[in-house]
Amino acid sequence: MRSIPYLSIVEKVAKMCQEANFELGNDVVEAFRDALKKERSPIGQDVLQDLIENANIASSERIPMCQDTGVSVFIVELGQACFIEGGNIYDAINEGVIKGYEEGYLRHSIVDHPLTREKSETYNTPAIIHIEVCEGAHLTIHMSAKGGGSENMSTLKMMKPSDGKAGVKEFILETVAHAGPNACPPLVVGIGIGGNFERCAYLAKKSLFRPIGHRSDRPEIAALELELMEEMNDLGIGPQGLGGDTTALDVKIEIEPCHIAALPVAVNLNCHASRHKEIRL
Amino acid sequence: MLISGTIFTARDAAHKRMFEAVEKGEDLPFDIKDQFIYYVGPTPAMPWMVIGSAGPTTSSRMDKYTPTLLDMGLKGMIGKGYRSEEVVASIVKNKAVYLAAIGGTGALISRTIKEMEVVAYKELGPEAIYKLTVEDFPATVIIDSQGSDWYSIGKTIFNDTKNKEKTQS
Repeated sequence: MRSIPYLSIVEKVAKMCQEANFELGNDVVEAFRDALKKERSPIGQDVLQDLIENANIASSERIPMCQDTGVSVFIVELGQACFIEGGNIYDAINEGVIKGYEEGYLRHSIVDHPLTREKSETYNTPAIIHIEVCEGAHLTIHMSAKGGGSENMSTLKMMKPSDGKAGVKEFILETVAHAGPNACPPLVVGIGIGGNFERCAYLAKKSLFRPIGHRSDRPEIAALELELMEEMNDLGIGPQGLGGDTTALDVKIEIEPCHIAALPVAVNLNCHASRHKEIRL
Repeated sequence: MLISGTIFTARDAAHKRMFEAVEKGEDLPFDIKDQFIYYVGPTPAMPWMVIGSAGPTTSSRMDKYTPTLLDMGLKGMIGKGYRSEEVVASIVKNKAVYLAAIGGTGALISRTIKEMEVVAYKELGPEAIYKLTVEDFPATVIIDSQGSDWYSIGKTIFNDTKNKEKTQS
């Protein structure tokens, strides 16, 4: 067994929450630059330039790039030979989020009760934590500061097997078209196909943790990612929905086996502030 | 366009409270006549800053409350994203305007906010109503007083130009 101290997780999670909100990943900034070269709409170009400038200000002044500092979503790869010393992994991550968000002047955006809208008493928690147990003695924590505007425009549909690839594509494109400016394009579009009702939603979320430009290992899925991206960018929605070429910065698809009667599809939209960090302990 | 002057912030919770006050026949916490509301819930200001990150939030969540406020004299809203048909009709009826700021550029926008003062519902924290003094705050007209919608026009103009280019080549 390998022992990992509880407090080291708290400290590292706190730091990664702040980094995610201050420092936009290079993959995203590079995607803005590439899009700017191709964008034909003058207003679209202006928006992309502002996004680059905004990322620069956030990074140099260490302030949040967006006021919606998100729900903290974690995907944790926990080696089964790891032992968390001094507490459990869920508490350690939540404590890290509280510390990181409160000390980093990030926004507390969680209500405890979805209907009464009572604010949670612990700062920006509980976080959403998914744990995948794996072989070995390593602990890898992936974190996303996921914005609410794009999450609100995400969709899930239990389709019929006869809908096939064409039906799935239509549903995905409809989601992007319907979201329009609300989801803060240019988007990163995460798609889960297969599994079951809850599993396809998880796959869609998980796909968003892959860096921009990273393609699926499956050739037919990698081709579908590119095909969908082209069709999304042909919709003309453009940056912020003001008209233009750049509606999607990337499309990610994860697939899994499913029931003979099922074709579950989930589309998880991410705004351009696609904030992800990863730490290994 | 660039806005300089005074604007008021309000998002979901503040709108709900204002709406409930109107329903009870109570006064609003500020004189809304000829004012602009900015849909924003900023991050807490760091000690050396006037305001934290302060970009727009999705406007459609305020659709339910907006026509009532427009009827009371509100002149404009700043947010991002679509508005309902009822809001567009109310904008036309009241000769108001709807503007969008760039979603996700909270760090950039915060530089144009020079003063911030809490007006009401302080306990709501980032969702309280604040009075902001802004200088050259950047925004785009989305719905004008005639009801024209730039989200639809902008996309159509872009797609038409693109298709023309395609046919010519």
